[in-house]
Amino acid sequence: MPKVLIPTPLRPYVDNQDEVSIDKEGPISDVLASLISQYPSLQNHLYDGEGSLRGFINVYVNDEDIRYQDGEKTIVNANQDVSIVPSIAGGI
Amino acid sequence: MTTLSQDEINRYARHIILPEVGPKGQEQLKESSVLLIGTGGLGAPMAMYLAAAGVGRIGLVDFDIVDESNLQRQIIHGTSTIGKSKLESAAARLKDINPHVKLDLYEEMLTSANAIELFEQYDVIADGTDNFPTRYLVNDACVLTGKPNVYGSIFRFEGQLSVFNHDDGPCYRCLYKEPPPPGLVPSCAEGGVLGVLPGVVGSMQATEVLKVLLGIGETAAGRLIMYDALKMKFRELKLRKDPNCSICGPNPTVTKLIDYQQFCGIPQQQEAAKEWTPIDEITVQELKQKRDAHEDFTLLDVREVHENDLVAIEGSQLVPLNTIGVAINDLDKTKHYVIHCKSGVRSAKAARQLVEAGFEHITNLKGGILAWAEEVDTSLPTY
Repeated sequence: MPKVLIPTPLRPYVDNQDEVSIDKEGPISDVLASLISQYPSLQNHLYDGEGSLRGFINVYVNDEDIRYQDGEKTIVNANQDVSIVPSIAGGI
Repeated sequence: MTTLSQDEINRYARHIILPEVGPKGQEQLKESSVLLIGTGGLGAPMAMYLAAAGVGRIGLVDFDIVDESNLQRQIIHGTSTIGKSKLESAAARLKDINPHVKLDLYEEMLTSANAIELFEQYDVIADGTDNFPTRYLVNDACVLTGKPNVYGSIFRFEGQLSVFNHDDGPCYRCLYKEPPPPGLVPSCAEGGVLGVLPGVVGSMQATEVLKVLLGIGETAAGRLIMYDALKMKFRELKLRKDPNCSICGPNPTVTKLIDYQQFCGIPQQQEAAKEWTPIDEITVQELKQKRDAHEDFTLLDVREVHENDLVAIEGSQLVPLNTIGVAINDLDKTKHYVIHCKSGVRSAKAARQLVEAGFEHITNLKGGILAWAEEVDTSLPTY
């Protein structure tokens, strides 16, 4: 099962877990849809009103940005990690 | 023949015997300069290590004053400098660490009007700020002046680090083409931060600054290093230069500094707020009167569990903000709820959510539990 690694700012929306295993392989869009079906409040944090991934959220399969692969059609296999990486600004 | 004095040779002996640094590298550091944006959590360890390392000239930009709540992590400041300007406090500490270093102090806010002129005077820029508008401003000014941007950011137990605009690598906009809308991502002031976390990330930034100045090793350019302090884990992700990047791509649309507050949606948010239905508000004094008169209402605390553990208003019911969507189903839409948090910001968000869900009688407590502890029940601790 692919694992989705959840960043700190989004953990409150997934019962404070730092990773969630998804019982689904295939395009990243399906994997994220499956995650959102379990945790619906993530929808608004990951996607904008038009259904596009938000510009301050990047998604990686292992260490590669999906924007430089097949975007949301990038295939995720069972033993791969999906990282959701939002921008954080804290510094002081 | 070295240009280092005998004092300097003694001071930097542990550097000088490193083959990667040597007397030449130490001279190079002495001739180089770095500009630090912010002397807070990240800026504090960076400034101290870079001063100790013998970087010849360090510029500091900050206009804040030292507050007691800074001292949990901003180790350049101390109890004796509470209430003083951060620059004055930092300068005293840095001069004590290394009197050979020249300090340039800029007690002003970094803006689109002054950034280019400032950045041009330094070899490397290090970003230790705490907000999105300044992050984009620092990035854009670095791209426009051709300076490397040693980047670090932190939240709770997690840190991110990279070197942008260096060695033909990506810039911050290649990674994040746009900022989050205001309010969606909490700041450290709202979300908290482990005090030592900026120490770790800021020290890593200082490491990268020294490597860039010395031209040694492999920097984090083209990589995003992610540090999870809770798990003590490092991960790294590959960053690529975005061929469509609006500032560092071949066809840039951003060719000069812009209004970053507007870019980050801050004025829009205020305009949007005007269009929203106003939320009923009361002061802590009015809340006290309602309680004394035994009026029928429920006080909801929308802070986190650990904040409620620390201090709570007697009789309040805890519903943390991120669970309010679920709690809506358990609450009675016809009843009167007064909502409070620490200072009134989160409770206003919760109040709006409840009103939009059809609740008929929702009131926000202005000033939150801090105002309550200050004006009504002074026996309560504040945080």
